[in-house]
Amino acid sequence: MIEEWNKVHVVYVPAMEKQAAASPDWAPGWCRLDSSSIALTFPLPIGPTPASVKTFFFPQPETLLTYTLENNHPDKGLMREPERSRDMQVVLGVRPCDARSVLLNNLPYQEDQFFQANRQRTALVGFSCDQTLSTCFCTRMGGSPLDSEGLDLALSRTEDGFLIEVCSEKGEALVADLELAPAPESDISALAARRNAGGNPSATELDSLKGSELGTLYDAPLWQSLGEACINCGACTFICPTCYCFDIQDEVVRGQGRRIRYWDSCMFPLYSLHTSGHNPRGQKVQRTRNRFLHKLKYFPDRFGPFSCVGCGRCVQDCPVNIDIREVMDDLIHLTAVE
Amino acid sequence: MNTNLECVQPVSGEEFEYSYKAEITNVYPLTRMEKLYQIQLVDPMERERFIFRPGQFVMLELPGIGEAPFSITSSPVRHGDLELCIRAVGNMTKFLDRVGRGTRVGISGPFGTHFPVEKMEGEDILLIAGGLGIAPLRSPILAVLETRSRYGQVDIIYGARRPSELLFDYEYAMWRQFDVGLDIIVDQAEPGWQGPVGLITEILKERIAKGQTDRFREGTSAIVCGPPVMFRFVCDLLIAAQVPVEKIFVSLERRMHCGRGKCCRCNIGSTYTCLDGPVFDYWSVLNLKEAI
Repeated sequence: MIEEWNKVHVVYVPAMEKQAAASPDWAPGWCRLDSSSIALTFPLPIGPTPASVKTFFFPQPETLLTYTLENNHPDKGLMREPERSRDMQVVLGVRPCDARSVLLNNLPYQEDQFFQANRQRTALVGFSCDQTLSTCFCTRMGGSPLDSEGLDLALSRTEDGFLIEVCSEKGEALVADLELAPAPESDISALAARRNAGGNPSATELDSLKGSELGTLYDAPLWQSLGEACINCGACTFICPTCYCFDIQDEVVRGQGRRIRYWDSCMFPLYSLHTSGHNPRGQKVQRTRNRFLHKLKYFPDRFGPFSCVGCGRCVQDCPVNIDIREVMDDLIHLTAVE
Repeated sequence: MNTNLECVQPVSGEEFEYSYKAEITNVYPLTRMEKLYQIQLVDPMERERFIFRPGQFVMLELPGIGEAPFSITSSPVRHGDLELCIRAVGNMTKFLDRVGRGTRVGISGPFGTHFPVEKMEGEDILLIAGGLGIAPLRSPILAVLETRSRYGQVDIIYGARRPSELLFDYEYAMWRQFDVGLDIIVDQAEPGWQGPVGLITEILKERIAKGQTDRFREGTSAIVCGPPVMFRFVCDLLIAAQVPVEKIFVSLERRMHCGRGKCCRCNIGSTYTCLDGPVFDYWSVLNLKEAI
């Protein structure tokens, strides 16, 4: 199956080792399946893949506009639409949490033509999680390790193979010409039973945050200690699948210019620094609080759901062991006391 | 083999979004640091259709340098004949400082909320500006002056650091002709300065002491713009003078990159300065954290 896709599309799988940034279609943390390789297999880690899928939707960098600054050129300084790849890309090995993150990021990016174009040309082939890591908490955020939300094809392991669920038109096109055996009824019902058995009891518990007063959350005593611990490295924001803020810069090389958009992090002091020198979030504690409250309060206020899918990458990679689950527990406790 | 996927129409079918092509038609030095740039949209149709309200801002784009938000200083009746008052302080504004008339630029917008001057008709208006805060305030000032008869008493209080840093000083006589109370105060006097010296709050206190409190309560809207530190002091005085909180409007400044609520950096709580601001009523400001 993968072999067939690889003939027509660009197929990416999670990378196990660090690769060099070489080719233009390079995606950090993912490697492109080589069409010449015979073994079309790839290792899939337990839990979320090392790099989130946001790299396919917000490439590092995304070219927004191109222009020339050559003197005497008739089009000097005129903005041009950048050339963008229209090739279909298939991403294999996406976990349900990452698939949900694409839907969440779609909320603020509804009218963003670059994001939408990338969504159109990317098919996500997901694998449900049979095992979860200790850092996984998707069930708390309203997800499930067996979810197919946001995926184009969802694969779940059965006793003697995979059960493929087609979740979108793109997914349908991917399997259209493949000779696949229809799934036995027993497997389908088994998956449905597993999904029902899961449930998510603590999702309602978190919902108390949505209705709570901003002032209560904002003045919580825990921010001071969190802010002091945090070293503002920004790792959490770069690995987070639902962090979507960016910076825009113009880049000119030998008279050819382009405007690029690339990831930024609200953890950096320069992020909100005004030209005048004033900084509304100049203190570390303010920045730490802003990140957590954006995920748990500001984003739900604006769009509805929490801006967190519970992949646990930030819990794994935080150099000072800040755990968003503990922050949530403390906040829930705080609102319950009120 | 499966080629169905190529049928998925790429998004490029829709129009690609460019900024308006514009040109700097004139540059007037105002003070040592600030200049007034007159910028005109090149296409006359676009120029006519470019409608903005006082207090809104545009993104000014300089190819090769970047894009930055600036509040519009000109009157809304001038449509796409914009005026921007810009201080040369950062990377892009220092570049702007060196360019002359005829430079091609891009304008996108207008973005953001505006001062609701049309709702203030029949009322007294108090406009308070500190320093460069006069730049976004000149637009409502001109809008009010153009329909002067619809408003009650109009007062402007403007504070600057030094007399030489006063902006638009050539227009004050014209403003006064429209029956406007204009008070100007500076922090440091310079030779030749005959006006008052001190903080902007002193003038405001004087005004309040003069017994205007009744007028304030009955129907005065206040528009305030200045450096971040100014808002709290000025607005506290206004509230003490019984100006209703929801009738005090402030224009806040945040670093912005996209102007469309995507880059996230201008957020104040769950509001974005580029979408829900830059003009906020003081009631919202009091209910937001980190706003001022």
